[in-house]
Amino acid sequence: MLKNFLYSQKVAPYVFVLPFVLIFLVFWLYPLASSAEMSFQKVMLGQSAQWVGFDNYAKLIDDSMFLKAVMNSVTYTVMTLVILIPFPMLFAVLINAKFMWGRELFKSVFFFPALTSVVVAGTIFRLMFGEMEGSLINSLLGIFGIEPVKFLKGHTTGFVALLSLAAWRWMGVNILYFLAGLKNIPDDYYEAASIDGASTFQKFRFITIPLLKPTTIYVLTISIYAGMAMFVESLMMWNGNNSPQNIGLTIIGYLYRQGIEKNNLGFAATVGLVLLLVTMIINLTQLALSGLFKKEDA
Amino acid sequence: MERSARLNKILLLVLFVPLSLLILLPFYAIALASFKPGKELIRYGLNLKLDFSVMSLDNYAFLFSGNNDYFTWFFNSMLLTIVQVALTLFISATVAYGFSAYEFKGKTFLFICVLMIMMVPFEILLLPLYRLIFNLGLMNTYSAIILPGLANASTIFFFRQYLLGIPREMIAAGRVDGASEYGIYLRLILPVMKPAFAAMGILNAMGSWNNLLWPFMVLSNPSKFTLPIGLKTLLTPYGNNYDLLVVGSFFSIIPIFILFVMFQKYFIDGMTAGAVKG
Repeated sequence: MLKNFLYSQKVAPYVFVLPFVLIFLVFWLYPLASSAEMSFQKVMLGQSAQWVGFDNYAKLIDDSMFLKAVMNSVTYTVMTLVILIPFPMLFAVLINAKFMWGRELFKSVFFFPALTSVVVAGTIFRLMFGEMEGSLINSLLGIFGIEPVKFLKGHTTGFVALLSLAAWRWMGVNILYFLAGLKNIPDDYYEAASIDGASTFQKFRFITIPLLKPTTIYVLTISIYAGMAMFVESLMMWNGNNSPQNIGLTIIGYLYRQGIEKNNLGFAATVGLVLLLVTMIINLTQLALSGLFKKEDA
Repeated sequence: MERSARLNKILLLVLFVPLSLLILLPFYAIALASFKPGKELIRYGLNLKLDFSVMSLDNYAFLFSGNNDYFTWFFNSMLLTIVQVALTLFISATVAYGFSAYEFKGKTFLFICVLMIMMVPFEILLLPLYRLIFNLGLMNTYSAIILPGLANASTIFFFRQYLLGIPREMIAAGRVDGASEYGIYLRLILPVMKPAFAAMGILNAMGSWNNLLWPFMVLSNPSKFTLPIGLKTLLTPYGNNYDLLVVGSFFSIIPIFILFVMFQKYFIDGMTAGAVKG
């Protein structure tokens, strides 16, 4: 009887999606709801929570350290967009060019860094940007007569190190995204443009860029996500969550500091919810942008 | 025409060859450092000096000597990656099949839930999940790492897209032959999903093998540490473990490199899975 029921075509789909429903409820919806609840509470791990109303939110608004973390995350995100969208797009177009020699080889080389973990890549870059005269970057600067720089002690130079790491690890992946996008552009468009006497730059400007828009929006979205949620890169670069004057403190770093290091889960949950709000706004904007594109397309 | 083509080719190489060397530079630096004593690294920094008088295989000898925890971490990571990927792929494929092969009440709503998971960065859930795992008594277990990701949203999404491309007649034919709904899935559908499994398997395996933050939060027993956690513990301010850190870091890249060279196509399919929707 039960067997017939479970094996019927009506019930089978529910059996198939059941694991998702369970995981979704227990490990996604419940934590998210409890995060919202905790933001109104004072919570220590293993102790019962106390309701504190909007205290956490009020504290957060006045919190200059949180502001600093937000500024750092936003700066990092914006800079990764500036580096990791135009350059990969350009490189993808060049790799795709008729005249390109060793296309597959260069694609692979650009992709190699994506195979490394943040731990390994972070360790390498931390050492490369070491403050000693003989450290890789300083020794290269030395060739040009530049004095050794204490990269990880200053805000700007610290970001140079962080962004180099990001550029190194993600350049190849973004190139692959753009190469996939380029495949969807029919050759006829370029041929037609050539017949009309369009220059290479005009073709890039008026065919490639507009038709890569879906890819660009996708890369933009995932880059914003990764940028705003960045933490481990900073953790590795400064070998811990405490950088000099908090130059490497990010939103998630602050969430981690408050929640895990200070056992102040309620306040940390509030930090998380602010980030959630920001990502939701980005999502809606992205949906609007890509929706807009579809209308143009039709 | 011929001449300008050659000129273009050369110009492209003039751009791409130095760029490639720049990308390979960190790999070369760490490879080189793996042959030097950690003391050198502390004193002179990570550099490109090819000084054979200080170079030796000592670090490698130490790595394989068994006098450290490296291979405990290595095999922990391997075990965790294999179990995690196998379970995640199977469960995500099952769910994706449910979404692609049937019409049922609540389907759209549930699929929106899948999309919602993809839209919220995992980091936001770190603390409530941490508390949940603590309250469930799962701290210091691999279950704490595996369970939350079992029904992986982007993997479900990819599998569903893939399955939508499989003709429905296959399912109908299975029913005519008297196979049960589950028999159809297990015996007819799973075998044709191999390329999708390869792409998602590699993507998930890389994520799992390289994952630091969540395992780092829930594992505190050193005998359970994964490779990224173990390597991170070697990065101390005193630099007393740099021999192992450098050689271990370099060595940990090698298995993934070998896999990449063997299955390059699947790596690229997996990594770009999200972007190619036309």
